Amino acid sequence: MSEFSTKGYLDMELLRFTTAGSVDDGKSTLIGRLLYDSKSIFEDQLEAVKRASIRRGNEHVDLALLTDGLRAEREQGITIDVAYRYFATPKRKFIIADTPGHIQYTRNMVTGASTANAAIILIDARNGVTEQTCRHSYIASLLRIPHVIACINKMDLVGYSEETFRSIEKTYSEFAQKLDIPDIRFVPISALHGDNVVDASTNMPWYAGGTLRQVLEGIEIGNDHNLVDPRFPVQYVIRPISDEFHDYRGYAGRVAGGVFRKGDKVTVLPSMLGSTIKSIDLYKDTIESAYAPMSVTITLNDDIDISRGDMLVKEENMPQLTQDIDLMVCWMNEKPLQVNGKYTVKHTTRDVRCIVKEVKYKVNVNNLEQIGGDLNVGLNDIACISIRTTKPLFVDPYKKNRRTGALIIIDEATNNTIGVGMVL
Amino acid sequence: MRNSYNLTHLEELEYESIYVIREVAAQFERPALLFSGGKDSIVMTHLAVKAFYPAKLPFPLVHIDTGHNFEETITYRDELVKSIGARLIVGSVQESIDTGRVTEEKGPTASRNILQTTTLLDTIEKYKFDAAMGGGRRDEEKARAKERFFSHRDEFGQWDPKNQRPELWNIFNGRKNPGEHFRVFPISNWTEMDVWQYILKEKIELPNLYFTHQREVFNRDGQWLAKAPFMMLKDGEYYETKTVRCRTIGDISCTGLTLSTANSLEDIISEIAATRVTERGGRADDLRSEAAMEDRKKEGYF
Repeated sequence: MSEFSTKGYLDMELLRFTTAGSVDDGKSTLIGRLLYDSKSIFEDQLEAVKRASIRRGNEHVDLALLTDGLRAEREQGITIDVAYRYFATPKRKFIIADTPGHIQYTRNMVTGASTANAAIILIDARNGVTEQTCRHSYIASLLRIPHVIACINKMDLVGYSEETFRSIEKTYSEFAQKLDIPDIRFVPISALHGDNVVDASTNMPWYAGGTLRQVLEGIEIGNDHNLVDPRFPVQYVIRPISDEFHDYRGYAGRVAGGVFRKGDKVTVLPSMLGSTIKSIDLYKDTIESAYAPMSVTITLNDDIDISRGDMLVKEENMPQLTQDIDLMVCWMNEKPLQVNGKYTVKHTTRDVRCIVKEVKYKVNVNNLEQIGGDLNVGLNDIACISIRTTKPLFVDPYKKNRRTGALIIIDEATNNTIGVGMVL
Repeated sequence: MRNSYNLTHLEELEYESIYVIREVAAQFERPALLFSGGKDSIVMTHLAVKAFYPAKLPFPLVHIDTGHNFEETITYRDELVKSIGARLIVGSVQESIDTGRVTEEKGPTASRNILQTTTLLDTIEKYKFDAAMGGGRRDEEKARAKERFFSHRDEFGQWDPKNQRPELWNIFNGRKNPGEHFRVFPISNWTEMDVWQYILKEKIELPNLYFTHQREVFNRDGQWLAKAPFMMLKDGEYYETKTVRCRTIGDISCTGLTLSTANSLEDIISEIAATRVTERGGRADDLRSEAAMEDRKKEGYF
């Protein structure tokens, strides 16, 4: 941490990544390593973990105790929920969404993946590509995480063998062709001994790539947001009640795609009325352009009726206005999905109701095969469904835009979020 | 290596927090912003002002006053409220004690920290707040690491950590039944370092307590605590004058002071960059047990 200075902080970027795995994979050891070697674990935290380890009769300092935050998790020695961890290097700030890896926690992995720029897939060098590797990679691909780092861990237990590494690299690359992941990298590591995590390994001279930390620092994330299709869901209308700003009417929101510039011609959905951008305001400044994921306030040259849930777009590049939507869903609740059931849907800043028309198929997340026959969608299931909404939504395929292609499904009896969907 | 469409981490965090704060104003009928006078709630207030400019804040600031505050905190609070034209609501722990809602802890280690929960829940009920924004951050404490941005509370104000709502992308579900409310944490993803860097970047004014000053203090279990009329010394403890500053600000009884000569934001950032102890390492309230924070949160704490 002493590497920090007050200079340079303006140039740091933020990278969000996810890790899925169980204790056996060395996931906690890896995270512990990243935090510890980046000096992001403090003495009092380490002391607390040491005290707890001794109390539990563990032989080693159990770094999993650092990451398992809830009492039930510590008691049962498992990670239940998504935990968010933070560390920084002089180049970047990182947010880790740390999730459990077993199949019964698919929903937690999906949650962690939803906001990630990158995924770390841990592969045990002794076991190679397994069902779990497949599951984690499929989820990364389904949630459109643009960058995947396959970490071949426990290289110390295979004698730091290049042959083993290359063989796993080949098997995984072949398997990954079935998926849709634009950027895959491979790093041979030993989380336990620290090889290629933060410091370069002297045990693997045959490996010329960067350490895991260097890879995380180097991934180009500037193009991960959609900068092509202009989408501005209106979140809140700002109307000051003051003499100075009497006629001010600003549309506050977060750009969900593309670039908006002062003077641009825009179309308002669903009214289809047109206007031009008078100003893009950021607190007391007015700026020339706004792009995803900036939060700004847009004012228009014409006085038209716009409210929360409307969307500013451009005439030549429209999302789909539709009430019939095909989705990939991940079911998040014990209460199974009901065909013909009615639910509330939240999509960008818009709330509508929907009816589930049909379950088309379910996916086996372990081998990516479609499950024939059984169309019951329960907790942790991933399925393709069709819904019809009461009012049109303005959607893009999730593949094109992770913001305008995503929605959540809410149980009207409990108000709980019970499913999440990605527009096909 | 930034191209013109890359954001810095501070920009990205700012946009995320502003989005969350606007979402609160849009989804709830009677939101409030919990203001403690500490740097996190100061930053949150600054973000809220930015989110609605040129309009005023569409919700009041709520201060749960233990009556054991540093004087500087109250002065700062009143000046801030005046300068941004916000509405201030004060929930008084002293009043909760006087009306018999809570009983004050006794002895030298007595703290009003835990009593705040009752006052907070009573204030939420009295004003029928349906969402209370707090400056909690996930990097502060391990139970907080699993808190959602939109955190649902039942009709008793309690948090059920094992049954939290899934929260994906940036879609926040604030639906609830009557009597329930939400706690919302707009700066969940900020670290202590981010907060300080942002204060520097935005030139946000802070109470002087955060900067080095001379103060009468005493040492208890390795922590420096401030002299105040209601603080009682144990055997062997004595007052001495030290050069200190606050790394966090809470109730006097549980705010550990740091020996420091940091006189500017730049000094503070260098100091934090070099430090090897977390900021809550100085909080007596967290040292009570391994799950102290989780237990307090379940009951309805901040």
